[in-house]
Amino acid sequence: MSAESIQQTKLVLNEVRRITTKAWNIMEICGGQTHAIMEFGLDQLLPEQITLIHGPGCPVCVTSLESIERALSIARQPGVIFTSFGDMLRVPGANNDLFGARANGADVRVVYSPMDAVKLAQSNPEKKVVFFAIGFETTVPSIATSILHAEKNQISNFSILPANVLVPPAMQAILSSPDNQVNAFLAAGHVCAIMGYWEYEAIAKQYKTPIVVTGFEALDLAMGILMTVRQLEQDRFEVENAYPRYVTREGNQTAQAMIRQVFEPVDRQWRGIGTIPKSGLGLRKEYQNFDAVQLFDLPLDDLKESPLCIAGSVLRGIAKPTDCPTFSTLCTPSHPLGAPMVSAEGACSACYHYHGVN
Amino acid sequence: MCLGIPGKILEIYEVDRTLMAKVDFEGVLQEVCIATTPEAQIDQYVLVHAGFALNLLSDQEADETLKILKDLEAFNQEFYGDENRA
Amino acid sequence: MDQNKLSLQGPLCSVPINDHQQIVIGHGAGGNLTHDLIKTVFQKHLGNAILNLGNDAALLSMHAEVPQGMQLVVSTDAHIVSPLFFAGGDIGRLSICGTVNDVSMLGAIPKYMTATFILEEGFLISDLEKILTSMAQACLEADVKIIAADTKVTEKGKSDGIFISTTGFGWVSPKRQISGQNAKPGDLVIVSGPLGNHGIAVAEARGNLGFQSQIRSDVAPLNHMIAGLLESVPEVHVLRDPTRGGLATTLVEIAKQSQVTIKLNEEDILIDQDVRSACDLLGLDPLYMANEGKVIVILPEEFAEKALESLQKHPYGKQARMIGKVESSSEGNLLLKTLLGTTRHLDRLAGEMLPRIC
Repeated sequence: MSAESIQQTKLVLNEVRRITTKAWNIMEICGGQTHAIMEFGLDQLLPEQITLIHGPGCPVCVTSLESIERALSIARQPGVIFTSFGDMLRVPGANNDLFGARANGADVRVVYSPMDAVKLAQSNPEKKVVFFAIGFETTVPSIATSILHAEKNQISNFSILPANVLVPPAMQAILSSPDNQVNAFLAAGHVCAIMGYWEYEAIAKQYKTPIVVTGFEALDLAMGILMTVRQLEQDRFEVENAYPRYVTREGNQTAQAMIRQVFEPVDRQWRGIGTIPKSGLGLRKEYQNFDAVQLFDLPLDDLKESPLCIAGSVLRGIAKPTDCPTFSTLCTPSHPLGAPMVSAEGACSACYHYHGVN
Repeated sequence: MCLGIPGKILEIYEVDRTLMAKVDFEGVLQEVCIATTPEAQIDQYVLVHAGFALNLLSDQEADETLKILKDLEAFNQEFYGDENRA
Repeated sequence: MDQNKLSLQGPLCSVPINDHQQIVIGHGAGGNLTHDLIKTVFQKHLGNAILNLGNDAALLSMHAEVPQGMQLVVSTDAHIVSPLFFAGGDIGRLSICGTVNDVSMLGAIPKYMTATFILEEGFLISDLEKILTSMAQACLEADVKIIAADTKVTEKGKSDGIFISTTGFGWVSPKRQISGQNAKPGDLVIVSGPLGNHGIAVAEARGNLGFQSQIRSDVAPLNHMIAGLLESVPEVHVLRDPTRGGLATTLVEIAKQSQVTIKLNEEDILIDQDVRSACDLLGLDPLYMANEGKVIVILPEEFAEKALESLQKHPYGKQARMIGKVESSSEGNLLLKTLLGTTRHLDRLAGEMLPRIC
């Protein structure tokens, strides 16, 4: 961060303090933004009336128990190389996680990009390589491209376990809930770099809720918050863009076309929240041979979460991590009971690690 | 879901019929897939996430946030002069 | 084989092959192969008067070796780093420097080492020679001798190439009270240079990150630099090298041992730009990346300037900086004042650091 942007960030946050007259709850649905807010301690520079709520923006946290169990089931099969982004390895399933599966002999590997999984498939033709396809819209084009690449090059031993989720349906689910406490949203900057922000216009209008596309640097976040508070104080509810250097209203059309070519919206279960209609992406019929759920026999038992974990309420912003009786006692980053304690951006983990000091 | 950092495109080429680029992140070079930004040119900056391009850096002149900043700086200067270094 | 065409070219006597390119099980059996390996490989690189005697144990005269009144310091470490070779170093250099540094962190002068090698059947002798050469160079630089050594061979698959364990012996004056429990409120915290290089260099050498950089491990023997420091200031409270878990984990441990609150200034912590970029790309935090050639010094404020001068005179301490202060007594906390002036809490690394996509 340059001296100039530090100065500018403070200037913008001063302005937020100057104009705030009422209590407002602003939610961000983006693990990266949760992390950045915590890292910079931005919430400490906001007036007391503003509460930043960390929504279900950590794809690691919202991946359903069922998906994790499917992942474990696939990983345990002989001849499989199961690949995943690193942060998924510690997420607890019903009684194990992918790390544990690796310790028991499953070939589980961390990859940094879905293309790495395709390369693994190319160099291990006798194995079946499966990629755990989690993430929001930001990650979907890379998964779509990887599938198209595999198709072009006849790499038939590559498949994905579809678990991607979409932001707009989640926003709607939160806003339409009777106990909703959210007054405005910061929209995830990189999701919008791909998808644009036109999809949020109907939501802002229907629920009379300001939505501001926001980035990740301290200044970007401060600016997003300022534009949001201005709208709230002025009783406006529009979609605005505080991240114009990477985001346009229409988004990246090439990326969107690739997504549409390979995927289609499906109902998806969000851990701790439940099923949100058309909030996930599944493979289109033409790409079914890349669907690991079709390729592997996956019996599933009735799955129960830890009864102690209140992830659902936390993810919807209705409860704070500190409201949970097991927070930092039974449930800690080294022994997580539920998903929001596992990933560094999970609301509970972020609260545990980054709690500010005044 | 949004770890993205900007890098400068040094080279553009194809690998197995998919468009790739060599991108420089201030001393770290990475091979990035730019299939989603086929219009990219050498020396342009691209936002990268998990080895893939999300979008190109826009040199948008009409940046609303810049205007907000300018206004705030002018306001600050007018009311507080050089004393208030925020 | 055609019975009528047997052809014997005289008696054949199966003489064992003894110029292997790879380690074979026989090398660990204690017989001629072992003897040859020791003489032609180990002693060639590590040999000295004591080691070459070839006895079961090394005989040291306490009076001759350890000055009157001094205390004996012992430290041991196991090395399983993978990959074995990385930019800036290898497992050999690491095994010597790691233990030399551990002994030095008590303010002791390291003198002697032991080394045990567990080799996997199939390990290339040329790689073994590279590693031993590296160890010899490190010993020369640190001015320590390996006086006892052992080697065993496992079947293929039962170990991973090579594991090395080293133990270091040194001596220190009883007047020196350098330990993790001794940080006192008012002390200043110095670190001898930029952070995170080793962790990234090793990660990059694994070859699956998909990026290249000029980042090199900082692995180095710090005993001479520390000896110089201890000669230039009369009182140092804590010395520790921020290895596994990085600066943050190491300082949390010291804070808890000493029961104090330590506060760091983010703007004073040096991280090379390319290390920062690599961490950003992977979603890793440089404060938690391992360092193998850095030391944290905690000492009374009045001696801090002199300490800095002394460190900066040494090639391994040219970029030494004051990064924080021991604020007060407490149950043990580590705080970071961010570039924005806000303060946040830093915790230990929870388990393995996983690269994130959020």
